[in-house]
Amino acid sequence: MIPELEKFFRVNKLPHIWCPGCGNGIITRCLVEAISQLDIDYDKTIVISGIGCSSRAPGYMNFDTLHTTHGRALAFATGVKLANPELTVFVITGDGDATAIGGNHFIHAARRNIDLNVILYNNNIYGMTGGQGSPLTPTGHFSTTTPYGSVDRNFDITKLAIAAGATYVARGTAFHDKLLTDCIKKGVENKGFSLIEAITMCPISYGRKNNFATPANMLEWQKNNAINVKAAQKLPPEKIAGKFLIGELHNEPYAEYTAEYDKLIAKYQEGAK
Amino acid sequence: MGNNPLEIFIEKCKACGICYTLCPRQAIGSDEQGKVIITEIDKCTKCGICENHCPDYAIIVRREKN
Ligand SMILES: Cc1ncc(C[n+]2csc(CCOP(=O)(O)OP(=O)(O)O)c2C)c(N)n1
Ligand code: SF4
Repeated sequence: MIPELEKFFRVNKLPHIWCPGCGNGIITRCLVEAISQLDIDYDKTIVISGIGCSSRAPGYMNFDTLHTTHGRALAFATGVKLANPELTVFVITGDGDATAIGGNHFIHAARRNIDLNVILYNNNIYGMTGGQGSPLTPTGHFSTTTPYGSVDRNFDITKLAIAAGATYVARGTAFHDKLLTDCIKKGVENKGFSLIEAITMCPISYGRKNNFATPANMLEWQKNNAINVKAAQKLPPEKIAGKFLIGELHNEPYAEYTAEYDKLIAKYQEGAK
Repeated sequence: MGNNPLEIFIEKCKACGICYTLCPRQAIGSDEQGKVIITEIDKCTKCGICENHCPDYAIIVRREKN
C-alpha cells in the first residue's frame, strides 16, 4: 500500500477477508484516498455500514466506525448526523443492503437531503450469502436465485436517487479509480445527500456465473462498457446503447436537512423565551 | 533505468492476477502459484495501474518524489 495511506487503515486487521480479485479493496482504497485529499477533521469523520461483504470495509478503516444491521446503515447514519451535524458521515453499503432490504431507508434519506456520503459498492449480487440476485442484478443475468437468467428489471440506482431527491449523484468503477476518487471528493463537498455508485466486482459469487473467467476480465468489462458522461454528450445514441455512464450525473444543491432542523429548533426556542 | 521501482509484498498477494493482466508493458507476470513476480522491470513506466488496482495493497510503485 502507498505509505501515505497507511494511517487510514487498521493495518493490524489486514489482510482483509475479501476473496482473491474482489473489487472491494480497490473501492475502499479510493475512498481512503479521497478522504486523504479532503480538508476534513479525521477525528470528526465516521464511517457507517450495514451487512454484507462490502459492509465489512469500515472494520479496516482507522476512523470512528459503526457496523450496523442489514439494510439499516442509513437509519443509523441519519441518527448520527442529526445528533452531531458537525460530523462528516460516510455510509458504505452493498447493492442488496441499500436497494433491497434497505430500499425504503435509501429513498427517504435521499428525499430529506440529509448530508450523508453514500458509497454504494455495486457488485450486482448478494456476495456474502452466496450469490442471490439483488435489485441491481441485470435482467437476464445469472445468480443462485435466477439460475435461468433474471426476469426482473434492475434499478438504475442513480436515477432512483435523483428522483428521490439526492442532490449529488455520480458513478465510478474499480477500473476508473481516479474518477471514482474525484466523485467521492465532490460528494463530500456537497452539503446534502450524495450517492456515489461504485461499480465493483465479485468474481466468486457473480463472475463465475456470468462468463467472467478472471477478476481482470471484470475490470476490462468495466473499461469497455463505461462512457464518461461528458464524452457521451457528443456521441450518437447508438454508441451509448447498452453501455453505462460514469462521472457526475447530477449536482443540484438544496436545503440540507440537519441545518433546516436546527433552524426550526432555534425558531421555537426563541419563541419560548 | 536499472533500478527497480516496484516494491512487492508477496505475503499480501492473493494471486488474483489483476496486476499482471492489466500491466500494459508486461513488466510483471506470475509464478506457478499465480502470484505476482517481476519479469521485465526495464519495461515498467511507473504508470501505477498495478498499484491502484491491487485489491490487497501488495504493490507500491516508487516514483522519484518518494
Ligand atoms: C435482516 C437480515 N436479513 C438477511 C441477512 C442475510 N444477509 C447477509 S448479507 C446479505 C446480502 C448482502 O448483499 P449486498 O448488500 O449486496 O452486499 P455484498 O455482500 O454483495 O457486498 C444478506 C441477505 C441478514 N444478515 N440480516
Ligand atoms: S463473495 Fe464476492 S463480494 Fe464477497 S468477498 Fe468474495 S468476491 Fe468479494
